[in-house]
Amino acid sequence: MSDYVLIESRDPFDSADTGFVADTAEALRARGRDVTVYLVQNAVLATRAGARGSQVPRLAKAGVTVLADDFSLRERGIEAGEIAGGVRPASIDALVDLVMRPGAKTLWH
Amino acid sequence: MAQTLTVAIMDAPYEAAASTTAFRIIASALRKGIDVNVFAYEGAVSLTMKGQAPHANPVKGTTVEEEDHPTTKDIVSALVALGAEAPRLTWVNCGLCVDERGAGDWIDGVKRGGPADFLKMAEGSSATLVIPTK
Repeated sequence: MSDYVLIESRDPFDSADTGFVADTAEALRARGRDVTVYLVQNAVLATRAGARGSQVPRLAKAGVTVLADDFSLRERGIEAGEIAGGVRPASIDALVDLVMRPGAKTLWH
Repeated sequence: MAQTLTVAIMDAPYEAAASTTAFRIIASALRKGIDVNVFAYEGAVSLTMKGQAPHANPVKGTTVEEEDHPTTKDIVSALVALGAEAPRLTWVNCGLCVDERGAGDWIDGVKRGGPADFLKMAEGSSATLVIPTK
């Protein structure tokens, strides 16, 4: 069974279509797939606790692993204490490990 | 068993954060000993243009040397050096995209190719990541 790595690069306050990634992740989880959403670039703006319109809470509730690129967090001044529950900071090395797992399917948005 | 990652990129230099992320992914994979193929398509063929020059910053009043502005061709050169032998970085610029843009004067370590090369690279890779323009 394939694992899925969905890389979200878009700011939810700028791109309404970030909901499609969350919809896809939720649907894959509902079918029993292992799904990771890796937030990078302006997508990490959704990680702040209380960010309106963020897809992060429903992803975490659905059992999707949500990782936020540590470099992108630092660039935007988002500190660990500000991040919503269910999100873990992760390095680009961690992303490469996920992408290179045998059978993993990776999609960039 | 050796692993290979193929990455397709499309953004022109100095335009999108995705270029920086792509560079970070490529560097990380090489440092892990993973061979990397890059297929530069559309505006991304300009990432490797040799004539790029750093600039001063008149807003801050810094000189070229003080600003130490990174150019994409220098970043790609560093990646080419990182992937010179094992692991190996193979960087292919789309020839038609190069011709359209007159962007053929590029740094050492870069090849000319086409979409068929991307297909071959993807078929021979452990994983493929396509980073499109927004």
